[in-house]
Amino acid sequence: MLFADTVRNRGLHEKPRIILALFVLSSLLAWWAGGGAAGYAALFPVREAALGLLGDLGLACLLGAAFTANLVLISRFRFRLQVLIVWAELLTLFLLFFLAFDLSFPFILKKLPYLITQGAVTTVYVSAISIAIASVIAIIGAVAKLSSNGFAFAVASFYTSLFRGLPLLVQIYLLYLGLPQLGIYIDAIPAGIIALSLCYGAYMTEVFRAGILSIPAGQWEASRSMGFKFGLTMRRIILPQSVPVIIPPLGNQFIAMLKDSSLVSVLGIWELMFLARTLGNKEFRHLEMLITVAVIYWVLTILFELVQARIEAYFQKHRKR
Amino acid sequence: MDNAQPKAGIIQIRGMNKWYGSFHALKDINLTVRLGERIVVCGPSGSGKSTMIRCINRLEAHQSGSISVDGIELHEDMRQIDVVRQEVGMVFQHFNLFPHLTVLENLTAGPMWVKNTPRTEAEANARTYLKRVNILEQADKYPGQLSGGQQQRVAIARSLCMEPKVLLFDEPTSALDPEMVSEVLDVMTGLARGGMTMICVTHEMGFAKAVADRVVFMDAGQIVEEGAPVEFFGNPRSRRTRDFLSQVLQH
Ligand SMILES: Nc1ncnc2c1ncn2[C@@H]1O[C@H](COP(=O)(O)OP(=O)(O)O)[C@@H](O)[C@H]1O
Ligand SMILES: [Mg+2]
Repeated sequence: MLFADTVRNRGLHEKPRIILALFVLSSLLAWWAGGGAAGYAALFPVREAALGLLGDLGLACLLGAAFTANLVLISRFRFRLQVLIVWAELLTLFLLFFLAFDLSFPFILKKLPYLITQGAVTTVYVSAISIAIASVIAIIGAVAKLSSNGFAFAVASFYTSLFRGLPLLVQIYLLYLGLPQLGIYIDAIPAGIIALSLCYGAYMTEVFRAGILSIPAGQWEASRSMGFKFGLTMRRIILPQSVPVIIPPLGNQFIAMLKDSSLVSVLGIWELMFLARTLGNKEFRHLEMLITVAVIYWVLTILFELVQARIEAYFQKHRKR
Repeated sequence: MDNAQPKAGIIQIRGMNKWYGSFHALKDINLTVRLGERIVVCGPSGSGKSTMIRCINRLEAHQSGSISVDGIELHEDMRQIDVVRQEVGMVFQHFNLFPHLTVLENLTAGPMWVKNTPRTEAEANARTYLKRVNILEQADKYPGQLSGGQQQRVAIARSLCMEPKVLLFDEPTSALDPEMVSEVLDVMTGLARGGMTMICVTHEMGFAKAVADRVVFMDAGQIVEEGAPVEFFGNPRSRRTRDFLSQVLQH
């Protein structure tokens, strides 16, 4: 949290004028949305009785009032309860949105185990290997970019420029279609891992560079004054201290990679996205599979966010010492 | 050159000049320090004191003249810089302890990582030095948990663990709260009495009078005056020295 004040700020939700405006605005929105939305009619059978303009308006006002009351009520709760309620509400709305598609749940349930054991597992392991390789590339890239050696700097900056400059999908195709032209044949999974590692290594080079630069010069001076060589200083003094700085953006990159790994489905790797497409195609149930993998990706992300929060908390605690 | 007789001067600086870009930071510095000598360097802020002692372990490069440490000449292409740096310890104004390592690990890092000392020996040594700086009970804490004075004493012990021939101090008490200055000065005085070769940049004139063999006064990148404390304080030759002394001694 930000640096909190000890005096409570009077929130917008405590100002009657704002509450009134909110009510009017949400009612109008409900009215406007109710004009043609089929979902609205489905949710509220009353409307089918054709209440006329007045009835429509009444209904809209009711919705607006419910929404406003909801906000005002929630604002009175403690922080954690607020978070819980708002999450539950938004999640419900999100699920309602999916329900509107008339999905076949038996089909989803039938395919779900395979999607997880084959698809999600492949996605996670391809991403995990790639992030590990990307980290190694990034450390080397960062050191090279900070180096006074023109050759190292040139190679590293060319690499980051190229791989940050090309769309990942293009990189994947170039690797997979281009290498065989040179007589190099690689399997789909290694090709996917190489593409992801190279691309994310380029992004993460900047993360590591910033992490290394965040360590005060005094640490270098102390190390040097004791006769530590460059590699030793980097390994034992600088990098360990930049880990807390690097972890948050690194977690971000990993989450992004979890989802970008869907691009390697074009190579025929049996990860989540590939399975979703093939399984959906077979029985013309695209939407079911799309929505299912969407939820799986999201759950994976949430799980990883939890792990990341634990890691960050660990380093936070150790930094305070 | 009398490089062949390192005993004459463990540190020899001859006609040394240093520029930062076009700024002439050190002008024709000549200084010889013999083994066991205690030198105090003082002078106004920005006069080049830090720059000069940082040239001695080559944290900074000089552009002309020569510096030799224990017979090894310092220059850009030298191979033995790590040897020189192990022989010349440095204590910084802001301690520069390694915050991710415990006090004990800070002390054993150098011997274990660069001298390949076995852990048990390095730790035993570290504890001896921690005891010498009166801080043995803090061995398992992290630097961030210690007061400034304690951190600086750990930093001194860390340098000592490398068993250097010379110790450089760059204003070791300037970042400390007043009540902590004396605990650090006491440790430094103890070292001086024990025969350690020391070059201390400091404004603690009491310390200079008590332990220094020579006081070096710098101004505007030059060594203006140099002499035994009795002469230096009792009968300063140059006007700049007198002005400076009247300012620092007032406090
Ligand atoms: N890295 C640097 N780049 C440019 N100028 C510097 C640098 N370090 C020190 N200087 C300049 O060199 C002069 C001497 O600095 P310094 O040795 O730190 O003085 P002192 O330690 O006596 O206060 C000052 O004028 C300072 O501004
Ligand atoms: Mg200074």
